[in-house]
Amino acid sequence: MSLVGNTFRIRLPGIAPLMVLVSALAMAVLIVLPLVVVFHDALAKGLDAYLAALREPDAIAAVKLTLLVAAIAVPLNAVFGVAGAWTITKFEFRGKSILLTLIDLPFSISPVVSGLVWVLLFGAQGLFGTWLADHGLKVIFAVPGLVLATILVTFPFVARELIPLMQEQGADEEAAALTLGASGFTMFRRVTLPNIRWALLYGVLLCNARAMGEFGAVSVVSGHIRGLTNTLPLHVEVLYNDYDSVGAFTAASLLAGLGILTLVLKSVLEWRHSGELSASRKH
Amino acid sequence: MTDHVAAPPVIRSGGDIAPRPRRLKEHSILPGFGLSLGITLVYLALIVILPLAALALRPWEIGLDGVWRTLTDERVAAALKISFGLSLLAALTNAPLGLLIAWTLTRYEFPGRRIMDALVDLPFALPTAVAGIALTALYAPNGPLGAMAAKIGLKTAYSPLGIFIALVFIGLPFVVRSIQPVLEDLDRGVEEAAQTLGATDLQRIAYVVIPALGPAILSGVSLAFARAVGEYGSVIFIAGNMPLKTEIAPLLIVIKLEQYDYAGAAAIGLAMLAISFGALVVMNVLQIALARRGRA
Amino acid sequence: MSFRPAASTDEALALEIRGVSKQYGRFPALKNVSLQARDREFLALLGPSGSGKTTLLRVLAGLEEPDAGEVRFGGEDFLALPVRQRKVGMVFQHYALFRHMTVAQNIAFGLTVRKRSEKPSRSEIADRVADLLSLVQMEDLGKRFPAQLSGGQRQRVALARALAIEPRMLLLDEPFGALDAQVRRELRRWLRELHDRAGVTTVFVTHDQEEALDLADRVAILKDGELIQLGKPNEVYEHPATPFVFDFLGQSCRLPGMVDGGRLRVADWETAAPAGAPQGAVEVFFRPDEVDFAPADGAGLVAQIQGIARRGPDVRIDCLVEGATMELQAHGPSLPTGVTSGLPVRIRPQRPQLYPAG
Repeated sequence: MSLVGNTFRIRLPGIAPLMVLVSALAMAVLIVLPLVVVFHDALAKGLDAYLAALREPDAIAAVKLTLLVAAIAVPLNAVFGVAGAWTITKFEFRGKSILLTLIDLPFSISPVVSGLVWVLLFGAQGLFGTWLADHGLKVIFAVPGLVLATILVTFPFVARELIPLMQEQGADEEAAALTLGASGFTMFRRVTLPNIRWALLYGVLLCNARAMGEFGAVSVVSGHIRGLTNTLPLHVEVLYNDYDSVGAFTAASLLAGLGILTLVLKSVLEWRHSGELSASRKH
Repeated sequence: MTDHVAAPPVIRSGGDIAPRPRRLKEHSILPGFGLSLGITLVYLALIVILPLAALALRPWEIGLDGVWRTLTDERVAAALKISFGLSLLAALTNAPLGLLIAWTLTRYEFPGRRIMDALVDLPFALPTAVAGIALTALYAPNGPLGAMAAKIGLKTAYSPLGIFIALVFIGLPFVVRSIQPVLEDLDRGVEEAAQTLGATDLQRIAYVVIPALGPAILSGVSLAFARAVGEYGSVIFIAGNMPLKTEIAPLLIVIKLEQYDYAGAAAIGLAMLAISFGALVVMNVLQIALARRGRA
Repeated sequence: MSFRPAASTDEALALEIRGVSKQYGRFPALKNVSLQARDREFLALLGPSGSGKTTLLRVLAGLEEPDAGEVRFGGEDFLALPVRQRKVGMVFQHYALFRHMTVAQNIAFGLTVRKRSEKPSRSEIADRVADLLSLVQMEDLGKRFPAQLSGGQRQRVALARALAIEPRMLLLDEPFGALDAQVRRELRRWLRELHDRAGVTTVFVTHDQEEALDLADRVAILKDGELIQLGKPNEVYEHPATPFVFDFLGQSCRLPGMVDGGRLRVADWETAAPAGAPQGAVEVFFRPDEVDFAPADGAGLVAQIQGIARRGPDVRIDCLVEGATMELQAHGPSLPTGVTSGLPVRIRPQRPQLYPAG
């Protein structure tokens, strides 16, 4: 395909290819180069050093912890997302806009604040700190704190994908199912869920990527105990601050891989199932 | 003549003329309202309302003047200034950059367009810590781009410029993704009308296209700004974190927490929320004004 | 046929609606509406948008709950039954087909969601779906998805899906609203035949008076949430109860007149007033094509012909009557005698309808 000719919808000889070039260059320097650096620096001392860094017990522990946290936070947020979207899109009730605002709120809060609030509640000097200590429970500097911080940061993702789609779809198909004799549960399982499945998957995908990659919020509640409360992004930080460049970038490469995988799956969903995603996701 | 029937009405609930009592919820035949609202409210209460209430109440245990002293402390004030100032600068920089990329992606067909389109979301998808160390490696004095910049006398990493670069990186997708759908849906007829009326390409873009995109650009810029103010992971490595010079506000929260100064940390967090909220209100008002002008 | 209705087959009243009212906020959608439908009757709810006809249909389906009133079907309190137990076959305005299911799966849905004890076997369901597909003339399209169908095909799938549950009553919301004129006319005839064969009480909503008059056994005309008139199509057409109904059912011409002692006077024309006409000042309504023409020296209203335009088989005659322009119509290839552009004639409405003035 040529860069000049009728394919351009604007006739500005010379300018159009220039604009493509400048855009591509800006994207390459600003966005692609950092990605390349991750893999380059991870492999700076060869494949063996890379694989050795992967086999570090602390690295393995960090991977396991990251998976554990996501495995708890993502399903909870998915259930909430479906319930929230169902409430908001299928019913008319007072206070709906307040509910919508609350769902959006975490997007405008700093991740560090999203961690901080849990410390204020459950930290040593937090609201419930003494009570927790008396009962030998640990939330902050432990897995429950990581899960809570991750949930707060990632909970809008699923609801945000579902709400516009379910609004577009309306309630007619559900009403039809009821007139045909379906029970509420059957209606949900056989009509609603299939109609939103790709958007749900899309939301879960974004939610999961953020859950596994979250840094600021978990950094506040983790306490950075190696092998115990370090998720993979925190492990990256620890190694980086130890001047272990290969180790840090090796761990980072796993997260970058997750990011790329997310992008690929997301693009596939956008291309193959655009009709079943909300309008803003149709490309 | 006709069998027009009028039987006495059977009153079931309320009168048939009297206004219906205002209900909390309109009647709906769809089931599951109680269950789904219940889940939503309990979840929101536990995950959002309770923690934010803690944030809103905690600072006041050191009193109004304590909060004031915390926020006007030289180091905290400098960090707030750096965070909000650089975030605004980065978000504004993203406006022309995002417009250029969105334009290229929607108006031209070229090899690799789809890949480029997908890559726009990379800053969303790449964990912030990864972006942070990668940007630092690139822009450090011994990094490939940092060394180039050093030759012309620019210090990138460990300077405000480094923070700025990181904030442009994480803000770009917000602007592109805000503009793109609007640009795609823009009525070609309006542009063609401008052409038939004798407008040059530049006039058409300046007078027809960009005004139509105004609200979308502004909304993208405010999203990018909101994200940048709170950003931590991608900034913390490249910033250098020198007090008064390159310390961002979220870092000061972390530092206060490490000193077990919960009230101070909460005060900074609350102040950030308040300032962000104020900025968003201003941008929303602007956006509504722009949108109204577009409709008139 | 295999889709016999569950309802009884005597000539008793099937549907009784009494005093139904419904408000949305401050907006009254239905005001004290009462009407009945006989078993196997084909009833049209006709009215402009906002007249409450769709709300009434949704009340019958159980999709809306009225604030007041009573709905009985076959003697049973219908409002006490939840939607899923009413067994009404509802065809939605935009069909509401399940987009992720094939045509066959859509039709089978109502059977597959039944309780285990009442659910037909897999092969019974397949047979039934095949029967219904052939009934709606879509034998080969069972594996298609709704998105792959034309508007008329979707409409037929929606109907088959509604019939699959052996409905006690069929409810159709603007069944032809989204179709183009040609398909509309074909489907209309087909729907009427289907109704006659299946013998289900059917209520359908439309804003198209031609459709309602052509298709229904009886027509209920609604306006602003009130039932204005209910009757057989020709009754309603020939004796509209109000000027609104007269206007809504077709083109109309109107002139002021006076009734006195059994005589109707319009300008200088006098004739016998129809039986039951109101006394005093009246509005005289008539259809533009129900007019007799007479020479200028004959009896009737003076009309100055201003223009004549042929439109296919009809002729449009623009004339000035009592200082106002009026559009009359004549059918057939030749003009009525004496009608020439620029010259006056006399016109006499054949069946004037009189309503009290004011």
